[in-house]
Amino acid sequence: MRFEGPALCLGPDIDTDLIIAGRYLRTKDRSLWAAHAFEDLDPALAGELRGKVIVAGKNFGCGSSREQAVIALKEAGVRGVVAPSFARIFFRNAINIGLPVAECEFACREGEQIEADLRTGILAAGGRSYRMNPLSPRMLEILAAGGLVEWWRGRR
Amino acid sequence: MSTLSERILGAAAGSYVDHKVDRAYAHDGTGVLALASWKAMEAGCIADPGRTCLIFDHIAPANNSVAAGLQQELRTFAGEQEICFSDIGGGICHQVMAEGIALPGEVIVGADSHTCTLGAFGAFATGVGATDMAAIWAEGATWFRVPETIAVNLTGRFHGAAEAKDLALTYVGRLGMDGATYRALEFLGEGVVSLSMDSRLTICNMSVETGAKTGLFYADETTARFLEGFGVHAESQEPEDCCYREELHLDLGEIVPVIAVPPRVDAVRPAKELEGIALDQVFLGTCTNGRYEDLARFARIVKGQKVKVRTIVAPASRSTLIRAAGNGVLADLLGAGCTVLSPGCGPCLGAHQGVIGEGEVCLSTSNRNFRNRMGVGGEIYLSSVATAAASALSGVMTDPEGYFAV
Repeated sequence: MRFEGPALCLGPDIDTDLIIAGRYLRTKDRSLWAAHAFEDLDPALAGELRGKVIVAGKNFGCGSSREQAVIALKEAGVRGVVAPSFARIFFRNAINIGLPVAECEFACREGEQIEADLRTGILAAGGRSYRMNPLSPRMLEILAAGGLVEWWRGRR
Repeated sequence: MSTLSERILGAAAGSYVDHKVDRAYAHDGTGVLALASWKAMEAGCIADPGRTCLIFDHIAPANNSVAAGLQQELRTFAGEQEICFSDIGGGICHQVMAEGIALPGEVIVGADSHTCTLGAFGAFATGVGATDMAAIWAEGATWFRVPETIAVNLTGRFHGAAEAKDLALTYVGRLGMDGATYRALEFLGEGVVSLSMDSRLTICNMSVETGAKTGLFYADETTARFLEGFGVHAESQEPEDCCYREELHLDLGEIVPVIAVPPRVDAVRPAKELEGIALDQVFLGTCTNGRYEDLARFARIVKGQKVKVRTIVAPASRSTLIRAAGNGVLADLLGAGCTVLSPGCGPCLGAHQGVIGEGEVCLSTSNRNFRNRMGVGGEIYLSSVATAAASALSGVMTDPEGYFAV
């Protein structure tokens, strides 16, 4: 279970209102969430997300439980999110939607290639390697299945 | 010897457990995605329909035909699955659950981050996302990591204008927006006795603003008396000597009216330092401060006078509104010039009924002041009920202390 891509650096305490604003929630069109991701932080960001690994500061995804925040990032083509810490509901949502997330602290350099392996718990960035906090076996299973819906269907 | 979370979940902090969910609920916002995941899971039927609720509060009534269509799907689903359903006007999900449904010792999961509110009953109550909720509908259980606990020891009692919301903002300011991430808060100590159920709900409500999984009070006589009002018997819970990860001491007597400055919930400053900031709107309501005690407190301050700034009041539930209507509180609010909305979340999340405009400033009794949350380009300051009432009367941010002078 690996993810890789150039780093997109973000600050600490990015809340879910900033990831996808409340005014866009009531729709079934998931591409709309991707198009407006991070709009209130920087309207240009949504167009730069595809293929990137978000490397954020602490407490990423704090605030509301809106799963649209994770779906927006996944639909926008984000490969994974790395931060020293996450708000717990965002973290669970990411696992459930199949967006790789990892707790790891290192200095982010814009565009630097990130390679992370959730099974070994090792993240490589700029020729250095870092240890990520391990995910529970259940979380790894759910991520490997592609999300909680797929995991649940596979178990039946 | 265990923390209350360890006792309820039946395992030591740090371990992962699969646990039955005693109460599960979602609202019209998260319910839409939960239903989509549920359909994709092809699970068949709800594991425990009698303990599963769907409660319309976020955009209730619907503000446009898209929301109306999404709500209609959820209504049909609730009917087909025979789950407990609270339609528009019933109130905010956490408050509906607080009115005789949520009980001490239960494991309660809501598809909303402020589910932690119900920890006020001595329940393990926490928020999840929509797909987690769909899986709980299917299985009646979910996994938890048992949290370490931060003890918040309370002594003394409130003086002057200070109230539960000031305590909540004070501990959020002290711990910071991620000071309790993955942890639980337990509110303990002799100061707890003076706190009403409505106050405890306010205090637990904001625990998620520190990143906490939940905030808990031990059920006591206050809890039992409150639940008796709904015909429910509840036993008290006794704290044990146990190992807390961290301890925080707060003397209620030293709490003063405070305000959280946008865009951070933990940027907390004394109200008196912010006096005079011009306001465009005051908002009383939400799962933090929309309960009867809050409406009555606000009404007591504005009664017989006129608000100088547009003031919106959203009662937390139908029973809150009925009580306020029955004893003059509602008349006092209306007489003072407040606009009263149907019970629900109101404009808290910027969806309808009081969205603020570019450059406008709102003083709100809600729990989040994130950038653009109540409207693009608007700013949200968070305060207590008394601060909101005093400020509504003067039209600018006002320390309410003068209204409580002995």
